[in-house]
Amino acid sequence: MSAPVLELAGLTRRYAGLVAVDEVELAVQPGTVHAVIGPNGAGKTTLFNLISGIVVPSEGTIRFLGQDVTAAPPFKRAAAGMGRTFQNIRIFAEMTVLENVLTGLAPGFTGGLLAVVAMLPGLRRAEREARTRALEVLDIVGLADRAHVPAASLPYGDQRRLEIARALASAPRLILLDEPAAGMNPAETVALGALVRRIRDAGTTVLLVEHDMGFVMELSDRVTVLNFGRRIFEGAPDTVKREPTVIEAYLGPKVATRLAGVTT
Amino acid sequence: MMAWWDDFFWTYQNLVYALGINGLLALSIYVVLAVGQLSLGQAAFMGLGAYSSTIMTVKFKLPFLLVLPASCVVPVVFALLIGGPTLRLSGVYLAIATIGLGEVLRAVYLNIDYFGGALGLSGIPERAGVGAIYGLLVVALLVLWLVGRSHIGRAMEAMRTDETAAEVMGINVPRYRLGALLASAVLAGLAGALSAHVSSFIGPNEYGFEPAVTILSYALLGGIGTPIAPVLGAWILTLLPEMLRGLADFRLVFNGLIIVIAVLFLPRGLLAFRLRRS
Repeated sequence: MSAPVLELAGLTRRYAGLVAVDEVELAVQPGTVHAVIGPNGAGKTTLFNLISGIVVPSEGTIRFLGQDVTAAPPFKRAAAGMGRTFQNIRIFAEMTVLENVLTGLAPGFTGGLLAVVAMLPGLRRAEREARTRALEVLDIVGLADRAHVPAASLPYGDQRRLEIARALASAPRLILLDEPAAGMNPAETVALGALVRRIRDAGTTVLLVEHDMGFVMELSDRVTVLNFGRRIFEGAPDTVKREPTVIEAYLGPKVATRLAGVTT
Repeated sequence: MMAWWDDFFWTYQNLVYALGINGLLALSIYVVLAVGQLSLGQAAFMGLGAYSSTIMTVKFKLPFLLVLPASCVVPVVFALLIGGPTLRLSGVYLAIATIGLGEVLRAVYLNIDYFGGALGLSGIPERAGVGAIYGLLVVALLVLWLVGRSHIGRAMEAMRTDETAAEVMGINVPRYRLGALLASAVLAGLAGALSAHVSSFIGPNEYGFEPAVTILSYALLGGIGTPIAPVLGAWILTLLPEMLRGLADFRLVFNGLIIVIAVLFLPRGLLAFRLRRS
């Protein structure tokens, strides 16, 4: 197996009186869709915030593409090839759809104040190339015809796809999707599944948090289960469904033993 | 035509100067608000520009062509000094810390004889004029317009909308914050030097809390969607007291009322539209 894209070792985040993420080990293999599931409050979003650098870990290390990025600020991780979306949509509402995607290309722009004021041709070329790339990405998520409308005017499902496009713009090596199917209707969820597969096939590794189990089971190559901040299981999707500790985490110990009685 | 201008200028000279200088101050607050930072050190930077340029002119007899660009140096040094510790702050905490800078400097000017104490520094030769003031205002507007339309402007708007999302998109948030603070210091420093060299006198109380809030109100009234918006706000708030002379003591009340109404009913300012980049 090739070297993991992302490797977490003993990753811990403590808050006053609460361990949100507790010594989590995780290795995300390149070219896979890796899902993190768990009941509400299991620490999934905190884990994503740790990986993208919004939250600083209390202990443990994060390695991205072989580099230790534990202390790197979010923008450096993004520039190194990590994109993400948010559980509660965080698009730049007043910008157009195209401008939103262009912000995702920020690390590609090197010109400073002087280059801007001098209107250097290199900068104009960079802007033109960025626009071409942004339209390409909008085409991938199916929003190319909406490029020039204000982002806030898009319906909910489209705003989610725009967030994915923004994160995809710089062709990241790893994309973190935080509950991408939340609030989507079944047809939208199916289309999203196809999109995630296309992203993976285009060479971007996908790490996702999701509550829609059908979506996770059908799409993922590997599933990690968290409960109370701890990793309680990791395996292929079909093994997760049968795992007693996972059933117990979701449904409680009584149901778990009863189910175990039925199946054995 | 020229006679008309001479006549007008003779009567309203100070107002003409104040409109240009306050326009520069409006741009000084605009650059920090445009990256989402409620940094209120503009009056303090203006004071540093005014005092340092006055000392260069009066005590060292340096030519104005040298004094004007050099008047940015001290404000920029202070911006770098306070930049480090305050860049981690945001919102009202940053506002308090930066207002504190102005108050500390006021106490320094007041208590050190070299700065003239409570009497301030007087006898400043009139070296600046309409050309220097409005020339710089136009250049500053042009530069900020170009910046606003570029990828830098896009990054600034992203930061102001959602700083966390902007940083996750790869925008170097700390660098933009410091850059905005330095630009703010340069603009306010220039405004301070220009105002000192058209008014013949500067005093410690001109750069404290009250002017800091006045400068903020320029942007509140005008908006921050484009660089021209806060300048318009500055012009209205500078002209208003002149137009309302009939109200005598009630002028300030009326002024305050306008700001309250603007904040309540025009939360995005008079010029609410944003820069188009497409």
